[in-house]
Amino acid sequence: MLDEIQKNLLEEVANIHTVPQGAYNIRANGTLDSRNTTANIDIVSKEDGSGIDIKIKDGTKKESVHIPVVLSQSGLKEMVYNDFFVGEDCDVTIVAGCGIHNSGAKDSEHDGIHRFFVGKNSKVKYIEKHYGAGDGAGKRILNPVTEVYQKENSYVEMEMVQIKGVDSTERVTKAEVEKGATLIVRERLMTHGEQKAVSVYEVNLNGENSSTDVVSRSVAKDNSEQIFEASIVGNTICHGHAECDAIIMDKAHVVAVPKLDAKDVDAALIHEAAIGKIAGDQLIKLMTLGLTEEEAEEQIVNGFLK
Amino acid sequence: MLELKNVTYKVEDKNGEKTIIDNLDLTIEDGKFVVITGQNGGGKSTLARLIMGINPVTSGQIIYDGQDITNLSITERANLGLSFAFQQPVRFKGIKVVDLLRLAAGEQLSVSEACNYLSNVGLCAREYIQREVNDSLSGGELKRIEIATLLARKTKFSIFDEPEAGIDLWSFNNLIRVFENIRETIHGTIMIISHQERILNIADEIIVIRDGKVANKGPKDIILPEILGTSMAQKTCEKIS
Repeated sequence: MLDEIQKNLLEEVANIHTVPQGAYNIRANGTLDSRNTTANIDIVSKEDGSGIDIKIKDGTKKESVHIPVVLSQSGLKEMVYNDFFVGEDCDVTIVAGCGIHNSGAKDSEHDGIHRFFVGKNSKVKYIEKHYGAGDGAGKRILNPVTEVYQKENSYVEMEMVQIKGVDSTERVTKAEVEKGATLIVRERLMTHGEQKAVSVYEVNLNGENSSTDVVSRSVAKDNSEQIFEASIVGNTICHGHAECDAIIMDKAHVVAVPKLDAKDVDAALIHEAAIGKIAGDQLIKLMTLGLTEEEAEEQIVNGFLK
Repeated sequence: MLELKNVTYKVEDKNGEKTIIDNLDLTIEDGKFVVITGQNGGGKSTLARLIMGINPVTSGQIIYDGQDITNLSITERANLGLSFAFQQPVRFKGIKVVDLLRLAAGEQLSVSEACNYLSNVGLCAREYIQREVNDSLSGGELKRIEIATLLARKTKFSIFDEPEAGIDLWSFNNLIRVFENIRETIHGTIMIISHQERILNIADEIIVIRDGKVANKGPKDIILPEILGTSMAQKTCEKIS
């Protein structure tokens, strides 16, 4: 049974109040808390205990899988391997996410490796939220690795959100995209205090008319640091777009590293990056509506990350 | 009532100190529709920004409804009932038109209330309410949304800095109607910076600013004939208007 702290974490990362609908696997403090499978979606633990396999049958439509992880025990470090096998012609939503509550002195760390094998013509929406809480000196550390292998004409949309409380994160996302397939990534990130976040994307557009759109919006406050690297490799006729848009505040540090690698004359690749502070005019406009400077700043940041 | 007493505003530039507003005295009575005109560079926009507190006065006093607001922040002045529509409205990534109208109104406006404000400025509300106030909006659309935020604020003292700038002529006709509408519905004081004859023509009072001072001030019927045909009272295209 989950305690109150764990329930809170669960709500933050997966919007779960009670038991989720459909298939789910809830992991708390390094062990399985509860699991549910459906006729079309099976979840099995790997034999060596290192993680789970999620198997989604061909033709599964309008179903969802929740696989949240919560950590509330200070000092816990874990490494989990989760593999998603999505059949052909599916339309599914996968909600992952990790919440760490650390009120102790030791670092808590969750490192997950998620691999997605997406079959022909399947559509997957993947939502991953990271959240940290607790006022202990121990750090809350999350290092997710995501690998995506997309078959012909599949469509994967990934929403990666980390808004609060995670001290250190190193995210690596790699994708191999076949003919006619599309990968969409929407990353939203806010760092504050002494936090550090690294986000690296490498998308290989291997099949004809494959495409990707990787967009990161981030806000770096206080002394935090963000490094965003997006690399798109176009191996054939394809279309790739990467965008990094960051608001920098206080004494933060933001690095955006674009890399476009075209290996075919018909590879159309675009990168846009913008880093800047909140415009003074934006603050003034909202202040003329009666907001204080702090309230104005909050509105601008919240809107930007919405 | 708004009173400016001996207000001076100076800036430092590479040639040394420059006086933009020079010992200016001005009183604007409640409920009046006042248009401030004058040649470019005469200090009109600066005067508006000093009243809202966007720029601080170098010396002098600003009194609003008997209260000295000279040292109040923009926020404090806004909360006392002053509003300001920017000459070049600001864009916000991620903030929707409806969000901005709600912030302006200071309450959770219903969508249909927000739509009313947009309809008043000639925008089809259904198309705009959920749009972001970002680069996807044209200058004219943005300008009208800016005016809608002032309608939503319903404050006692509204300042519009060149509301016609960047608005096409078709919108310009609507703009005149919007101001007439504000007069009828809000009953507050309206101060517009403009040198468009048709805006000057609906004023109660015209104030001419020159070299940082009030060069002339009086009822529209007296002042307008004196400045007609100069750069202070420009005609719009007659074929369209």
